[in-house]
Amino acid sequence: MIDEKLLELKNISLSYGQDCILDHINLYIKDREFVTLLGPSGCGKTTTLRIIGGFTEPDEGDIFFEGKRINGLPPYKRKLNTVFQRYALFPHLNVFENVAFGLRVSKIPKEEIKKRVMKMLEVVDLKGFEKRRVTKLSGGQQQRVAIARALVNQPKVLLLDEPLGALDLKLRKEMQIELKRIQQQLGITFIYVTHDQEEALSMSDTIVVMKGGEIQQIGTPQDVYNEPKNAFVADFIGESNIFDAIMVKDCLVHFSGQDFPCVDKGFGENKPVDIVLRPEDVELVAPEDSILNGVVTSVVFKGVHFEMNVKCNGLDWTIHSTKGHIVGETVGIRFEPDDIHIMNKMFKDATNFLEGEVIEENTVTFLGISFKRENLPFSIGDKVRLEISPDNIKVVSLDHGDLKVYLESLIYKGAYNEMIVYSMEHDTELILHSMLDEQVATDIGIQFDFPNIVIAPLKGQTEV
Amino acid sequence: MKGKKALALPYVVWSIAFVLIPLALVLFFSFTDKEGNFTFENILKIGKYSSIFVKSINLAVIATLICFLIGYPLAYIISRSREHVQRNMLLLIMLPMWMNFLLRTYGWMTLLENEGIINKLLSLIGLGPFQMINTQGAVVLGMVYNYLPFMVLPLYSILVKIDKSIIEAAQDLGANGFKVLIRILLPMSLPGIISGVTMVFVPSVSTFIISRMLGGGSNMLIGDLIETQFLGGNYNPYLGSALSLVLMVVMLLIMAVMNSLEEDDMEGMLV
Repeated sequence: MIDEKLLELKNISLSYGQDCILDHINLYIKDREFVTLLGPSGCGKTTTLRIIGGFTEPDEGDIFFEGKRINGLPPYKRKLNTVFQRYALFPHLNVFENVAFGLRVSKIPKEEIKKRVMKMLEVVDLKGFEKRRVTKLSGGQQQRVAIARALVNQPKVLLLDEPLGALDLKLRKEMQIELKRIQQQLGITFIYVTHDQEEALSMSDTIVVMKGGEIQQIGTPQDVYNEPKNAFVADFIGESNIFDAIMVKDCLVHFSGQDFPCVDKGFGENKPVDIVLRPEDVELVAPEDSILNGVVTSVVFKGVHFEMNVKCNGLDWTIHSTKGHIVGETVGIRFEPDDIHIMNKMFKDATNFLEGEVIEENTVTFLGISFKRENLPFSIGDKVRLEISPDNIKVVSLDHGDLKVYLESLIYKGAYNEMIVYSMEHDTELILHSMLDEQVATDIGIQFDFPNIVIAPLKGQTEV
Repeated sequence: MKGKKALALPYVVWSIAFVLIPLALVLFFSFTDKEGNFTFENILKIGKYSSIFVKSINLAVIATLICFLIGYPLAYIISRSREHVQRNMLLLIMLPMWMNFLLRTYGWMTLLENEGIINKLLSLIGLGPFQMINTQGAVVLGMVYNYLPFMVLPLYSILVKIDKSIIEAAQDLGANGFKVLIRILLPMSLPGIISGVTMVFVPSVSTFIISRMLGGGSNMLIGDLIETQFLGGNYNPYLGSALSLVLMVVMLLIMAVMNSLEEDDMEGMLV
């Protein structure tokens, strides 16, 4: 394998009006690599692909292809080809002419066109279909035409935008294997966009996990699964138990009311962290051999294994095991130190610190909201520091909230959903805990529990 | 089912009374002389007017071509605009149609007259006056102005259905703007082109108001000729019917040719 950067994105940013679509993306792709851009809808993965393809120009940043800057180069001059989300076949041309399109516009001799198209149709298993109307083909066949149409031009890089999204599960699995085979057979670099983590894990050499226009992690499938960088990656890829924890010191972590030995170091002392335990790494054992004991709350048979929920010290564990248990049964939980994976928190603190101002006697304002507090020992015009615990912010409907916010992420932490919300108006992120499930990437309303807000002087002297 | 068929009855009656019977009358009068005898004389007389036929078709073809050359890029730009821009631009195109056809054409008379607004404005910068009214150019202008919406709307409605990703796919495969137009846009929008061309050509070739008002007496078209047979001093409905019949046959032939084009190229295109 040639170990050089075939394609490189440097500091790519793009926004539409106030919406930041991509935020300083840095990424390089090696020759013959199968790279997957993975993330939920709206994470910027398709936009990144369109920037590489030349259909969208970034506001900032540079794109290099084989060492040359290609910003502003129109799509028809780039040595890449794209397989579009809904194939975008030419309905007025038959299968042969669709595949031959790229060769015809670049004036390849007729004999060669015929040879190359026929060979490519063989690669995608569509021999004998050349005279068919593309509109008369099934989804899977249209998909193959789209792939052949792109590959027949012998591009250096093939861009694929959720190419299997429209197919049903069984066909999708077959096409995954097929795509991987084609990639290896032809030795072409694939850049693949998907929101399906299974697809990403099974096909890629490298996975780029994206969220909210930022790259969260770049790594091999094993890396992102076993060593997720943060709770979002752990939650998005595979199933997981994610809990809030405190890193007591190196190799010792506190959660579920106990200290546990672990193998991670370098997080500092008494530092709030997130931990992840994969359901298949947790064992159910007899209560006498266990580290923790809990009660089974649900059992679902998944074919290969049982998926069980176990309630233990107020935390909800998801555990996979080939042996089923009965709901209500007391079971022991066991895991090894290296099964606990420690991650830095996505939010800067474990709680919210905001700046407020005393605007009238006994009245404080923050984020455009005012509240009263009796016997406030500050004078008008004083700046104060407000500490608002994540438990003191409540999710309500949009029109009943003190503040309209955008839900950036939601992660189940075993006992509650940890939400990170963003107020565009005040450019402020907040963390909160809620029992409610909400759709990520939508607007929600939040309400503050004013009596429980801790007010301190801004410079941090006497607490009140 | 019977109940549903009964709903069509008013239309059936209407069609018989105002479409089929008049057509039959046209056919009948075309082959009848003043005494009510069967004759080919009316049809044979038409040869005399062949220059008017040629001129009518010629002007209508020019007007249709200009409408297409203006209308296609316009329809394409509208179809690629944002939705509210699309709505506003379509409204602007339809707006003149809210006013009576005659009034619009009168408007052009006052603009184009020798003493009209355009010549007055030109004289301010020391140009003209130009002879604009009562020319073939004015007739073509009137046709283009009045019938352009009929070209733009069908083109727009087919272009708007062409997904952006199809154009992007063509670019991705190496087609520059011109090749996208020739290999993708034009073939895919052929049904719209055919209906737009038909909707401009047919009224243009048979108009008599536009040629009368903007073309003066020297630019008589078939429409004018037919009209004078029925309403003019030399009342001759027999010749008028024959002229109408020939015009209809000519138009039907042209449309048949156009439609066969569509069937050949578009087979299987409509999903």
